[in-house]
Amino acid sequence: MPRLSDIKKVMIIGSGPIVIGQACEFDYSGTQACKALRKLGYQIVLVNSNPATIMTDPGMADVTYIEPLNLQSMIQIIENERPDAILPNLGGQTGLNLTTELARSGVLEKYNVKVIGVEVDAIERGEDRIAFKETMNKLGIDMPRSAPAFSVEAAEMIASELGYPVVVRPAYTLGGTGGGLCYNVEELRVVADRGISASLVGQVLIEESVLGWEELELEVVRDAKNQMITVCFIENVDAMGVHTGDSYCVAPMLTIAPELQKRLQKWSYDIVEAIRVIGGTNIQFAHNPETGRVVVIEINPRTSRSSALASKATGFPIALISAMLAGGMTLDEIPYWREGTLDKYTPWGDYVVVKFARWAFEKFRGAEDRLGTQMRAVGEVMSIGKNYKEAFQKAIRSLEIGRHGLGFAKDFNKRSLDELMNLLREPSSERQFIMYEALRKGATVDALYKKTFIKPWFIQQMKELVELEEEILKYKGKELPDALLTRAKKDGFADKYLAKLTGLPEERIRGQRENLGVVETYDAVPVSGVENAAYYYSTYNAPDKVTTSNRRKIMVLGGGPNRIGQGIEFDYCCVHAAFALRDLGYESIMVNCNPETVSTDYDTSDKLYFEPLTVEDVLSIYKKEKPEGVICQFGGQTPLNIAADLHRAGVKILGTSPESIDLAEDRDRFRQMMAKMRIPMPEAGMAATLDEALQVAARIGYPLIVRPSYVLGGRGMEVVYDEEMLRTYVAAAVDVTPERPILIDKFLENAIETEADAIADGTDALVPAVMEHIELAGIHSGDSACVIPPISIPQKHIDTICEYTRKIAVELNVVGLMNIQYAICNDVVYVLEANPRASRTVPIVSKVCNIQMARIATQVMLGAKIAELGLKPRHIPHFGVKESVFPFNMFPEVDPVLGPEMRSTGEVLGLADSFGLAFYKAQEAAKQTLPMEGTVLITVNERDRPSVIEVARRFASLGFKIKSTQGTYKFLTDNGIPSERILKMHEGRPNIVDAIKNKEIDLVINTPSGKMGKEDDSYIRKAAIKFKIPYITTLAAALAAAKGIEARRERAASAKSLQSYHAAIQ
Amino acid sequence: MPGEKATLLLEDGTLFIGRSFGHPGEVCAEVVFNTSMTGYQEIATDPSYAGQMVAMTYPLIGNYGVNRRDVESGRIYVSAMIIRERARRPSNWRFEQSIEDYFAAHRIMGLEGIDTRALVRHIRLEGAMRGILSTEDHDLESLRRKVLASPPMAGRDLVREVSTPACYEFPRETTVEPPDVSAAPFRVVAFDFGIKENILRQLAGIGARTLIVPATTKADEVDALRPDGVFLSNGPGDPAALGYIIEEVKKIIRRYPTFGICLGHQLLGWAFGGSTYKLKFGHRGANHPVKDMTTTRVEITSQNHGFAVRPESLPNDVEITHWNLNDQTVEGLRHKNLPCFCVQYHPEASPGPHDSHYLFHRFREYLEAAAKRR
Repeated sequence: MPRLSDIKKVMIIGSGPIVIGQACEFDYSGTQACKALRKLGYQIVLVNSNPATIMTDPGMADVTYIEPLNLQSMIQIIENERPDAILPNLGGQTGLNLTTELARSGVLEKYNVKVIGVEVDAIERGEDRIAFKETMNKLGIDMPRSAPAFSVEAAEMIASELGYPVVVRPAYTLGGTGGGLCYNVEELRVVADRGISASLVGQVLIEESVLGWEELELEVVRDAKNQMITVCFIENVDAMGVHTGDSYCVAPMLTIAPELQKRLQKWSYDIVEAIRVIGGTNIQFAHNPETGRVVVIEINPRTSRSSALASKATGFPIALISAMLAGGMTLDEIPYWREGTLDKYTPWGDYVVVKFARWAFEKFRGAEDRLGTQMRAVGEVMSIGKNYKEAFQKAIRSLEIGRHGLGFAKDFNKRSLDELMNLLREPSSERQFIMYEALRKGATVDALYKKTFIKPWFIQQMKELVELEEEILKYKGKELPDALLTRAKKDGFADKYLAKLTGLPEERIRGQRENLGVVETYDAVPVSGVENAAYYYSTYNAPDKVTTSNRRKIMVLGGGPNRIGQGIEFDYCCVHAAFALRDLGYESIMVNCNPETVSTDYDTSDKLYFEPLTVEDVLSIYKKEKPEGVICQFGGQTPLNIAADLHRAGVKILGTSPESIDLAEDRDRFRQMMAKMRIPMPEAGMAATLDEALQVAARIGYPLIVRPSYVLGGRGMEVVYDEEMLRTYVAAAVDVTPERPILIDKFLENAIETEADAIADGTDALVPAVMEHIELAGIHSGDSACVIPPISIPQKHIDTICEYTRKIAVELNVVGLMNIQYAICNDVVYVLEANPRASRTVPIVSKVCNIQMARIATQVMLGAKIAELGLKPRHIPHFGVKESVFPFNMFPEVDPVLGPEMRSTGEVLGLADSFGLAFYKAQEAAKQTLPMEGTVLITVNERDRPSVIEVARRFASLGFKIKSTQGTYKFLTDNGIPSERILKMHEGRPNIVDAIKNKEIDLVINTPSGKMGKEDDSYIRKAAIKFKIPYITTLAAALAAAKGIEARRERAASAKSLQSYHAAIQ
Repeated sequence: MPGEKATLLLEDGTLFIGRSFGHPGEVCAEVVFNTSMTGYQEIATDPSYAGQMVAMTYPLIGNYGVNRRDVESGRIYVSAMIIRERARRPSNWRFEQSIEDYFAAHRIMGLEGIDTRALVRHIRLEGAMRGILSTEDHDLESLRRKVLASPPMAGRDLVREVSTPACYEFPRETTVEPPDVSAAPFRVVAFDFGIKENILRQLAGIGARTLIVPATTKADEVDALRPDGVFLSNGPGDPAALGYIIEEVKKIIRRYPTFGICLGHQLLGWAFGGSTYKLKFGHRGANHPVKDMTTTRVEITSQNHGFAVRPESLPNDVEITHWNLNDQTVEGLRHKNLPCFCVQYHPEASPGPHDSHYLFHRFREYLEAAAKRR
């Protein structure tokens, strides 16, 4: 069937900011959809609120909207653009939900917009738990016994009929938000209550528990001719009970007999046929390993995290093909590398794929490291090996958690077998590592199986690794015998891990094996659906089958798994580097191991190596490909961590040298350099003891910002206001030694924080824009909202910032990208830190200012000069506000306040002609829609009282009713601002929480009393999250919110395309 | 427990050294390969593999163990199985035995720890050939003499070795999870050239009570059984060596609706007046695309054969209904005037996709017509 000819313009909805459960896999799928549909000749209108995506690059679609993903903006965009069709199943849950809303509201009908790919009622048949159950009944497919509940009481009744444990599943939520497993009625009350408030429709399903059953997933693709193929069979190694996003998975299925695989396939085909999806669908089954009973758990009639994984695991680009099928093509018209066309596709391969999740529990104090039905992972890695052990060990070293093997993680090795078995009682992010030590201590395969429900085959494989490791440990301090080293390498042991086990330097292990000819060889994963494409993986278990070209080539090192502090922004930069290299005539070689990204899409670079970012793996590719150089500065901290070692091993690092990077990161040397250049820095010191700390404090004065010296990303960082707090901090700080002192800086109070991204060529630097943070200094820059161009910084300071940035760039000899953070305090500009690498804000600056920073930086690294490129800073006539998005709803036990430690997972951008509107839009996009009227709760700590006046006045003049707590109430009253007093929780009832529950409050402004405060006020913020009331925890943001509401009341924000914004830049 | 050293020598001198599992000893056979990712137990027990050592291309074998239900016959028919890595500890809810124990119990050799992909690439280039696998003799000259003295596959009649010695009805008393055929409306005589149990289950599934007869059964003996239709099974070896069977099939197709699979298809090809030839390395795996010319649909099929029907040898009253899309070989035939048809692949498909069950239903239609006349 040829492409649909009655449509010309197709609208694609992206998935919005990165949150737990909906990450950059949708940038990957959306970008593929754009490519596929444009190739078929359609015009594309793209909408997404996430500026860090490749899909929102102005060149990806014909028209791009960076707008909040809600009904109103969709309607405006449809009015503006009049698309003929909308493709809903490539933007994750958000796209599906919005399309359903658009259909229900009659907009699609009014403007004659067709839904392609999946029918609207099909979305409901797949997503609505009740409708889905009916369909399954009709098809005769078993499901867990269950019933829907709209109240806690109903949930209790159902649960008592089913028998505990039961699973609570809220309808229409992401990553299982608000759901959970309940063993008793008490737990059920809590979880059901939470689930009902989390669900879009206030509905939860109470379901029979299938805890401990095998979890099996199929990715199937169906076309308009009803031809169906199975792209991938995925086996979750973690049994039912752990969310599939947290589960450790393998593909193909390794311990599932073909008879069962065939049954699953038949049911999957029956389901997609009944639901009539065109394109990819993910279907999850549970199989009881004792009785053989199989139930279907859920389906996702759209691209998903699993489909991204399945795509990368098999070389079958599901999103690309789904988009082509939605455009009317059929499988028998799309090429297949093995012969002929895709209707003949079957999973193929003589390799094993492992997926391992990456978590961030350490970032959320108070969050329990426990895995359940609610997803907790923030990222994942995928690895490919010739056998299971090799793939497994590659996955571990891909994770970048400082472990290159499974043994000796944390203190597990020092614990007794009993303790370890006790730790395995519940699934956690450390489970595989604990099992490893338990096996070493003599745990049997069967005992571990009983604890974990992980199948004996997998545990046996691990046991064989432990046995080999014990053999290796006998050679502590000595060179391994050649045969043992060879065996270890074939079983996937990393050089670095072997170095740790033997106590020898990594170079020596590498040298020994290279002398033996034990080197990584490569094999290809051929890509289906296109002609002649493949990507590559290494193994120590087969002859080399990959040829190299004689072209000029450059390698780009990617960012590895997503984590807090290092997300999609860095992938964006890497992808741009690859594009730039291709345009400059180089062969681009990408190395990355994150299956969710665009950088690991088969056609982003000329050659993709799906490999861990370690010295061993990167060096081996370097030796094979012999590129002219390696780009390390785009992949975040990941490639920088190995840059020095690579450099020492003879790798040519392009752009800023590893020495310069070191210099910028070395506090003392950097401070000396700033002093020499007469650039002010906040005063600072270091202390190994309390006395030293008190001395430093006496010298530079409170408040201080303190942190341990051995962690990155602001972990353990705190603002300290007085001696008592400092004493508490030092007492609580563990492992403080002269080698690992506490770092103490002067905290610039009420300082405006700004940052500047620059491109430098060694002699000159271009600063496209200065960003002003909305929150004051003290909040991690990654968590702070910010605006381009600045709104309250005098021009003289902007000039100073640009000048300092240029000076520092030249002095550090930066070639490529750099980011410098500044604070303006009492009319003085201070430099806080400089990072000579790509920063999180590169995509935002690029999109707001219409400058392709990563591309230009790549050109500069290859020798171009800024002067030659004719680049000048330009006036930006609009405002772009970035707002961060936090996963606090996934960690209900955590206090959602901002601080020096970064905790956001993603970001959105609001674009408008005024700051107020841009801020309003950004809040809207971050799902914190500000109220137009109503009641605002103001409760601030003592320090913030003086600044609260302006905020309160503004809200009062906008007609808001103000409720305030005792201290704030008194202060406002004294200053002549009327407000109504409300009780704090410990003061009696009705109190703040009652008011929030009763929806008597529309906006919460609450600055925390701080953890050193006498009472815990985190319940206010937690309640706001739970009941989805927008909340603000800094007064700077509160002021911005008031301005936003004011601007929005004057006139509604209009949706305007990125291309139009860009056209207006002079 | 690593097994004994085992040497595999191909007739062209290519050498692989690994370790044995299952039973130690020495065996000569044709070395072929299978590209299925799973299904090792079904392959091991498929009689069509008699006289062959099968190399598995997927690297991890034995992960889900073996059980009594997923067999194609009562014993292991492969001469040996050659794999990359064997699971020490299988896990599956139905698993009863490891492949190590299973092969040992059936006294069949296994070879593990060699690069099976390298072996397969060699066979793809050079064609299927004889090999010798031994744990007893590692002297290359002596092994070479023995392998060259072993019988080649072409011209070999292996059907006599695998066919049932006496008639029996399916299900037998020993059948695991026997289907209920007490109310089956049709009677089918199935010639056992090495029949797979799954085919018998499929025949039961379309309502046939099946009597399995030895390969040497005469057409006149079939008449005495008064069947509604005749089924010609799969099996090992070269169809050209089976003239005594072809003569009987020529008579049978004029008397009964006849359905053939695999070797049965090749024998029908001969009986229709055509001939067969040996493929370079055969089709063995679960993912061979076949186009049904009558519906133009593509099926992903499971296959296991080393010979094929020569298309130009067929007379005009025979229609080629299926083609292999990988190498354009004949995959299915239908007689224009007689109720006889056959396919080269395995529509009962175990292991492999379930695309092709419609053929059994077509056979059922023929049986219905015949039963009405009865």
